[in-house]
Formats: sequence, structure tokens, C-alpha cells
Amino acid sequence: MPEPMLQITGLNSYYGDFQALYNLNMHVDAGEVLAIIGANGAGKTTLMRSITGLLPNGPGEVTYKGDAIGALRADQIAFKGIALVPEGRQLFPSLSVEENLLIGGQTGRAGPWSLDKVFELFPILKERRSAPSTALSGGQQQMVAIGRALMSNPDLLLMDEISLGLAPVIIKTIYDALPEIVGDGMSAVIVEQDISKALSVTSRLYCLQEGRVTLEGQSKAVSRDDISRAYFGVE
Amino acid sequence: MDWLNAIVQGMLLGGLYALFAAGLSLIFGVMRLVNIAHGDFIVLAAFLGLATTTALGVHPFVAALFVIPAMAVIGYALQRGVLNQTLGDDLLPPLLVTFGLSVIIQNALLEVYSADPQKLNAGPLEVTSIPVGGLSVGLLPLLTFGVAVMVIGGLQWMFYHTALGRAFRAVSDNQDIAQLMGLNRRHIFGLAMALALAVTALAGILLGVRTSFDPASGGARLIFGFEAVIIGGLGNLWGTLAGGIILGVAQNIGAQINPGWQLLAGHIAFLVILAVRPTGLFPRMSG
Repeated sequence: MPEPMLQITGLNSYYGDFQALYNLNMHVDAGEVLAIIGANGAGKTTLMRSITGLLPNGPGEVTYKGDAIGALRADQIAFKGIALVPEGRQLFPSLSVEENLLIGGQTGRAGPWSLDKVFELFPILKERRSAPSTALSGGQQQMVAIGRALMSNPDLLLMDEISLGLAPVIIKTIYDALPEIVGDGMSAVIVEQDISKALSVTSRLYCLQEGRVTLEGQSKAVSRDDISRAYFGVE
Repeated sequence: MDWLNAIVQGMLLGGLYALFAAGLSLIFGVMRLVNIAHGDFIVLAAFLGLATTTALGVHPFVAALFVIPAMAVIGYALQRGVLNQTLGDDLLPPLLVTFGLSVIIQNALLEVYSADPQKLNAGPLEVTSIPVGGLSVGLLPLLTFGVAVMVIGGLQWMFYHTALGRAFRAVSDNQDIAQLMGLNRRHIFGLAMALALAVTALAGILLGVRTSFDPASGGARLIFGFEAVIIGGLGNLWGTLAGGIILGVAQNIGAQINPGWQLLAGHIAFLVILAVRPTGLFPRMSG
């Protein structure tokens, strides 16, 4: 069996004195699309911050393509090919749409994604390329956030709550674009509260509850009851 | 005619104030750092200019070719070595550390150069003037103003049309997310400080050619720089130029009324604008 692309081993994460993740074990295989589900406060966003280096970890707690990256800075990890679409989009307000995308390509990694390719995926962004990013609707901002992450031509794309606060029709547009995004063999992790959305586009899932993995399984094989138990912790 | 003269000379003086202020504005804009030692860096640059002119026997403007890169290197090293460690959620540590730097620079200069006033000698350029419609405009103030416009224009262009400027704005907006883009904020901050002190070097040389300076001159330059930044509106470079001009004109009009009122008039203009428009005349345009 090949070594997983991303391996998380015994990860403990803290916000100050508060421990958000407890001895977490998880892996992402190459080319896999994985879902991480869980309620608010389960530690999903903390996990994203730990993987991308925004939270410091022990070196061996996160390994990526065989390298221990747990203790690297976020900018070093970005160059290795992990990109995050952060929760709440978090575009740069003083940059235009196009500049937000260009800065995503700052790492200069080679690959299929370019400004033109992102505009092809989300044509509306081409129309609004010179608009300040703050002038866009929530859905368009989410498209910029996804495009910005793609511009770095990542090998592993993390998407944190991309449907949060968006109208269902926009969510559908964005999820419809997903196969095209991960089509080139890119691995992806989709963090969602919307369970059915998450299950529909992924092959495997982890459920987090209070900083611990409470369920792991094939997205098609797990039952609703299993998920409820893992999600809420009730019998 | 005297009044018109006061206004024109004040505008040109404003160019120098804008140069004092540009570096302050830049580093505050990028990393929310208020550099209390900024005035002392201006004076340090003037002394470095003095050292270069005396050692090599060159014109102060030729010395600038050495002083500018030297100050940039000092800026980068200072940022990476010291100031980055002070940045965080708390505004107080950088204030205290730069205040300490101010004391150190002043005393080091005092130790080496004593408290005697010094001057950079630019030769006939200092007294050359051009007659403009009945007024006599000094070539040096005109040159200073031209440099200020070019520097501010250049910084503005850099901020909005280059990858470095984009990185500056991104890091200023959101440091965490900028890191995710592969930008090392410590390095970006170092570059911002290098650039700020390079501008400061120019300001210091022009100050030293215009007037005499001593190790204790930094405080007043810091105040003028601050006032220009606040009048113009934080984070707006062209506003900083306007702020410098308003300050310069106010000072010269004050001096025209009574020579003792020069500095007071500048401070009053600053306080009035702060009272009427607390965010400055031209608050940051985008974002």
C-alpha cells in the first residue's frame, strides 16, 4: 500500500491553554477527495490551521509526501503545495479580484491553473476582475477564494466551510465546479457542516467531535445513524 | 507679495516634511508599527552623509548613493533582528523598543560627533535661486520638492502596480492569510522597513543640506512627519504630501505674522485639522 500523501499522527493542538484537538490520527491519500464533518467547535478549522502551519505543531505530527512539516511556517508549507480556502473566505480587502488571484500564484508553482483557467471556471470573475474584492457578493467572493487557492497549483487543496452563509443556488454552482477542480488528480479535503453535500462529492469521511475523530468510513457506506452518533455524541 | 512668497516657500518646505513622513506612513501602513525613532533615523542618515562626504570628499548628493543602500540594509537588519519580535496584538512593545532605539541613536551620535551642529555642504546649489514671476525660488527647495513628488509617486506606483506592493497590501490586510499565499511576513516587514529607511536616507541628506543638524534634532522631525501623516490621512501617500504642504505653508504663514510663531502655527493647523477631520483630509482610498 502506497504511503498516504498527508499523514497526521497523534496531533494535539492548542489555542493558548485550551486544547482543541486530542491525539488526532488521520490520512489523505493521493488523488483522494475527503470529507471532514462535525459540529461547530469540533475542531475542524483548528485542524486546517494546524495542517497549513498557521498553528505550530510538533514536527512529526504532520507529514506530507514523506516530509515532517508539522513545525514549518505557513509560507513554507504553501510552497510545498498545500493550499487552503479559509473559512469565511477572508479575501484581501485592499486588493482587487484579479490581485487576490495573482497573489494566490505568488509561490510560482507550475501546474494547470492560471488566471485564465480560473476565469474559465468562474466566468463572472473575469467580468469583475478590477472590482475591489469587497464589492462582490458572498458567492463571488467564495469563487475568488477558491480561485486564489487554485492559483498556487496545489497538490492538496483544503476547503473550509465553502458553503457557509451562501444561497443554495450559489452552493450548487460551486459544488458543480468541484469535479473540474479535482479532476487533474489533485487531492482535496472538504470541511462541511452540510453533511449530504459533503458525502455527495467525496469518497471517504472523518467525523470530528470535540477534538477527536469519532467516525471514519467510506462516504457511501456509512449510515445516517452512524453519522448522527458520531456528530452529536448521542446514542 | 510677501504672503505669496511665504506660501510658495511653505509649499516647497512641505516637500521635505512629506519625505520625513513617507517612511512613517509606509511602515505604519504595512505593519501598524509606530516608529518613535524615525526622526533619529533621519538624523542618523544626515550624519552618515556627513561621514561619507568627509571621508570621500564627495558632494552630499553623491554621498546619498552610499547612504540610501546603507540605511536600507540597517532597516532590514533592524526589522528582522529586533522589531519583528515586538510585533503582535499589543501596540506597546514596538513603541517602547523604538523609543529605546531613539535614545540609543541619539547618544551614539552624541558620543561620536558631540553636540555641535553640523551641516552638509552642497556648494553653490544651496544659494542658487530662480526668479519666478517676481518671486525668488531657491533651487534646493525646488529640488527637494521634486524629489518628494517623485518618491511619493514612486511609492504609490510600487504599492498599486508591483508584486511587492501587492504583498505589502496583502500582509497589511491579513497576516495569516498572506502567509498561506507563501509570503513570509517577517521578510516582507523587513523589506518595508528597508524601503522606509531608504526614503529616510534621502530625507536626511536633504535636511542636512538645507539646515544644520545635531544629534538631538530627531524629535522635531518626528513630530513634523507625524503631523504630515495625520493631516493627510493614515495610509494615503498623496495625502501625506498634501499634509506636508499644509504644515509647511502654515509654518511659513505663522512666521510671516511673527517669526516666533512659525512652529506654533504648524501645530495649530495640525490640531485644527485633527479636531475637524479626525481621520485626516484624505483617509485611505481603498479598503
